[in-house]
Amino acid sequence: MPVLWLSLIVIAISVAVFAFGRQRALSASGGDSRGLHSLPVYYGANALMKAIFPAFGLLILWSLAQPLIIQNSISGMIPESALAEDANIGLVMSEVRRTADGLDYAIDGGFIDEATAENPNADVVGITQTLRDAGQIVTSEITQPILRAAQAYREMSTTMSLLMTFAVLIVALAGGGWGAMQSSRDFRARNVVEQGVLAILIAAASVAILTTIGIILSLVFNTVEFFRLYPAADFFTLLEWAPSFSGRGGASSLGILPLLWGTIYISIVALLVAVPIGLFAAIYLSEYATARVRGIAKPLLEILAGIPTIVYGLFALLTIGPLLMSVFGEDGTGWMGGGRSVMTAGIAMGIMLIPFVSSLSDDIINAVPQSLRDGSYGLGATRSETIKQVVLPAALPGIVGAILLAASRAIGETMIVVLGAGAAARLSLNPFEAMTTVTAKIVSQLTGDSDFASPEALVAFALGISLFVLTLGLNVFALYIVRKYREQYE
Amino acid sequence: MTDASMPSATPETRHKVSLVTPDARTQKRKAAEKRFRMYGIAGIATGLIFLVVLLVTIVSSGMGAFQQTFINVPVYLDAAKLDKNGNRDIDEIKKVSTFGYTPLIQDALLQQVRDAGIETPLEKRGDMKALISASAAAQVRDTVIENPDLIGQTVDFRILASSRVDGYLKGRVLREDVARDKNIDATHLDIVDALVPLGVMQKTFNLAFITGSDASESRAESAGIGVAMIGSLFMMLVVLVLSLPIGVAASIYLEEFAPKNRITDIIEVNIANLAAVPSIVFGILGLAVFIQFMHLPQSAPLVGGLVLTLMTLPTIIISTRASLKAVPPSIRDAALGVGASKMQAVFHHVLPLAAPGILTGTIIGLAQALGETAPLLLIGMVGFIASNAPDGIASGLLDPNSAMPAQIYEWAKRADPAYYERAWGGIIILLGFLISMNTIAVILRRRFERRW
Repeated sequence: MPVLWLSLIVIAISVAVFAFGRQRALSASGGDSRGLHSLPVYYGANALMKAIFPAFGLLILWSLAQPLIIQNSISGMIPESALAEDANIGLVMSEVRRTADGLDYAIDGGFIDEATAENPNADVVGITQTLRDAGQIVTSEITQPILRAAQAYREMSTTMSLLMTFAVLIVALAGGGWGAMQSSRDFRARNVVEQGVLAILIAAASVAILTTIGIILSLVFNTVEFFRLYPAADFFTLLEWAPSFSGRGGASSLGILPLLWGTIYISIVALLVAVPIGLFAAIYLSEYATARVRGIAKPLLEILAGIPTIVYGLFALLTIGPLLMSVFGEDGTGWMGGGRSVMTAGIAMGIMLIPFVSSLSDDIINAVPQSLRDGSYGLGATRSETIKQVVLPAALPGIVGAILLAASRAIGETMIVVLGAGAAARLSLNPFEAMTTVTAKIVSQLTGDSDFASPEALVAFALGISLFVLTLGLNVFALYIVRKYREQYE
Repeated sequence: MTDASMPSATPETRHKVSLVTPDARTQKRKAAEKRFRMYGIAGIATGLIFLVVLLVTIVSSGMGAFQQTFINVPVYLDAAKLDKNGNRDIDEIKKVSTFGYTPLIQDALLQQVRDAGIETPLEKRGDMKALISASAAAQVRDTVIENPDLIGQTVDFRILASSRVDGYLKGRVLREDVARDKNIDATHLDIVDALVPLGVMQKTFNLAFITGSDASESRAESAGIGVAMIGSLFMMLVVLVLSLPIGVAASIYLEEFAPKNRITDIIEVNIANLAAVPSIVFGILGLAVFIQFMHLPQSAPLVGGLVLTLMTLPTIIISTRASLKAVPPSIRDAALGVGASKMQAVFHHVLPLAAPGILTGTIIGLAQALGETAPLLLIGMVGFIASNAPDGIASGLLDPNSAMPAQIYEWAKRADPAYYERAWGGIIILLGFLISMNTIAVILRRRFERRW
């Protein structure tokens, strides 16, 4: 693992220049730290910082750029003729990469020697067989151009890794040396180090922004790719979801509407379960309950929010489903064909959302000023009349915000619907029928797939961006309402 | 409801009524008050009932996974079958596959049944197949390869019973169901009933479920969650190592140093919104960036850890900022007053005081990440059998592995009641971890929380 070793060497260099920089500063002031501008440790830290940051920065940038550069120069090497059948450079490139990795592995395992692996005229059939014997997955016979490309790939990556090692080490030594040389009596080491630390803090804060950018870019790029293969109009308007499994996309109908309907239907069922229970619980907890009851019941309800969604999924599949089947299935009313249905997933999701609704509404009801209640009591209203006619109307915008937040949770929920809702996309009104959702289809279209060339896999990114936009919109809207409401009484 | 009575309650009649005996309208209002209160109690009660039902279901369905049926059987390791040339050469012994061992075990069990004097129509050795786990032969073979001198002797083995037998003893497989089952029939169950009192078949604590690895679809009886637990552990290490420093650094910047301007605003709105992005979207991000673009290995705990880090960062940032905010400004002012720089004031004084709060938030964030499943499905941590425990840190991070919730999902997908039991059992273990993490967080908060 050369990168690991390289990092360790860089760290060792930094430690060395730390000691050196500190020592130099001390000796510059005759061993008395009081003669220095900053504490001795800052002089060391200055040298360390200058050794480690540029070196690691270069290491990271290089590792990101290297595959792209190699990819570009190798893909130029593959003749058009090799593309005739597959007609997709991405697939060929991944084959090249696999072959190169396979060769590396085979050499490590001693299946072939270095010379055979580098021989451009090597017998391709023999190599294919060797790689298979070595336990490498080789999809088809390796062809001559692919073998050549793989060999060039290996050669280039070896050279570039070597170059990178030298470059990183030189940068570390040069930076560290410069930093250590700066140590002198009047050098303001602390200010420099603090500037550096501030830069790290800013970098850490921007990780959040980078994540968002990463999400948006990865969704947008792949969605554009998808719409190149599949008409966008069909995606948004077709009433049918029927991906073909051939991977060529010819006969697939990929309409988002049935999935969206399933998502919304299940969310509605979930909200119908969660909102009344959660809201009444919140009203009781904030208006009636004694401190003791509140102190016990509130954390207990919140346990429901801490249970992982996979547990609710299993609960839906194995408990709620069979229970509903015994009432509405063939033995009962006969409305239900199987354990997986909108109701199954919706009820489980509703249970999950109860604490979500109750906690948020509880906060919001508590924020209604006591003076409003006192005024109402003064006019002779009972507690429930006060709640219904004064407190709830005052808290309504906030409660709506809370419900919207819960809805956004429900729409983005995955495991419950994957296990409880079924796999068939349907436009139906029967809540006892199996339906599927956007999230469940993202999972089923992408699981275990690493080549994204077919519209059937890429459609997941289009679904993802729809989901992202939908939940983000709901969230922003809900937070806006909640914030506006809070300001009203502050 | 009874609006008709309203006009009759004219002022003249009303003040004739005593205040002690409430009139119809007051009674109605009081009843409404009582009803409304009941709705509230019903709401809380329903929520709590759901919680209890959920927990009872988990425990009652999952406890079975911690017990397993074993068969104690003396197997005669026939030299004529296992070592034909008789020279005890280890390479030759290794050539005998598990198929060579299966008949020996079946013979041994048949002998047991005959010795016990059980009357049964099953007289062939092949009839015993339904009782014995498919992994028993591998177990015996491994023992022999480890210790070739055993060949020719009769050795006592404790082998796994098949999942149907196990299910029968746990009440999961009923005699009525067996009629439709091609793997086992009622005569086998008669043997089981006869062998249990003799102590040949025993249901005991199943350590292999906690420490073992996943098994193929037909061998539910030998599947364990241990390897997935190690996968989860490595993921949590990655999350802790990355999200704690990054989260704390980001919070310090935003809370202590950031100027109030547009960029800071954008970062803050961003973090609030990231906290509400569905977890599956983070899975898509991981797939596209870490696997498609950076070519990190699929199914690796490192990738899972990276994705979960991005997911937990907002949680950790939000709680860290809250605990930084709780440190009173007087502490900062005092530090600045004796000549500390702003950076020194924050790192030497504010941060240590906020540490318990930060730690609590981090543990809760980690607990959330531990239970998260959806993003792991997209980066490929399901759909294979996680059978090998990693043998080092590098292989622990980079080799394909599963994680606890992903393993539970995998078992739930296999549509076999024996695997459902394992899935519930896995949930008990997962919840055990979550409960202990949250308890630690609560204790930390109680113990170190300071109010100014």
